[in-house]
Amino acid sequence: MAKVIVVTSGKGGVGKTTTSASVATGLAKRGYKTVVIDFDVGLRNLDLIMGCERRVVYDFVNVIHGEATLKQALIRDKRLANLDILPASQTRDKDALFKDGVEKVLNELRKTHDFIVCDSPAGIETGAVMALYFADEAIVVTNPEVSSVRDSDRILGILSAKSKRALDGDDPIKEHLLITRYDPNRVQTGEMLSIDDIMELLGIPLAGVIPESQSVLTASNSGIPVIHDEVSVSGLAYQDLVERLLGEEVPIRFITPVKKGLFKRLFGT
Amino acid sequence: MSILDYLLRKKKKTASVAKERLQIILAREHIDRSGPDYLPELKKDILKVVEKYVAIDYDKIQVTIENDGNCEILELNISLPDFAGGTTAAMNKVRKA
Repeated sequence: MAKVIVVTSGKGGVGKTTTSASVATGLAKRGYKTVVIDFDVGLRNLDLIMGCERRVVYDFVNVIHGEATLKQALIRDKRLANLDILPASQTRDKDALFKDGVEKVLNELRKTHDFIVCDSPAGIETGAVMALYFADEAIVVTNPEVSSVRDSDRILGILSAKSKRALDGDDPIKEHLLITRYDPNRVQTGEMLSIDDIMELLGIPLAGVIPESQSVLTASNSGIPVIHDEVSVSGLAYQDLVERLLGEEVPIRFITPVKKGLFKRLFGT
Repeated sequence: MSILDYLLRKKKKTASVAKERLQIILAREHIDRSGPDYLPELKKDILKVVEKYVAIDYDKIQVTIENDGNCEILELNISLPDFAGGTTAAMNKVRKA
């Protein structure tokens, strides 16, 4: 039975696309046939993060409107044979998505794939609602920062009120909290909301903590999902997240402060 | 963190300020969300009426609906500014069947 996972947050720039790319890659690495869909119509970026931007011919909107087949639009990942990418349209707007069309595509993908990862656009408009509407599970990406926490709370309200599962009265969407750009040193000095603070405020189970790390930028620079970087803390933290999504018990790592040397203390990072 | 940052570091922990602010705003937004759809509109209309007489802010009006056994209580709480004498000047409860 295929599972639809939405990666959402309300706020922009918190790491939805980075997370979608790494989660989809991680699931595929574990042997599951996975597809990752970019719902950010008009502002396509998943293709860049996945490193397949030059191979985009047809897109999600073309498939919905019957201008291309799903087979034509899916891009096979260059590293993993069981991972597909369905890019967003760059020329249309978010209203090009509509429920029946999205449902048809998802139902078709359910037959061939184990996991469907939906990369939501920022905001709470059509595109974001479409991305979460058919979800079975949701990864709520949150930065330890006031506006991100508030927007995540807002998205949680939408998940429990406007999703298909909520409207049909089915079992609710399984929610997972993912804290990104976490800096244990700043938490220790009382400058940053802690994991416990955020969990208490949002009230959903924690699925992972991705520490602030330079490797996220270098990974996106080269179009390789950061989970492939097995020496970086963020790559390893994403691997842990994927294992937890698959139901394994993995302790949270990289959340204790790292002592800085005297040189860094005096002259900054 | 440089030595200058270290020396100028404020004693007040901003993370706890952030948490307190979020606790308050999220609680209020949950109330707005959990009530019937007409509550935010009702609040705006009440604000318009009150504004004709006293200048107040939207967040000074609290409208909540509570279930009390077999009846619903619509509670309206308006805090008037200090100069009007006292902080909470008006309180009114309307009972629905």
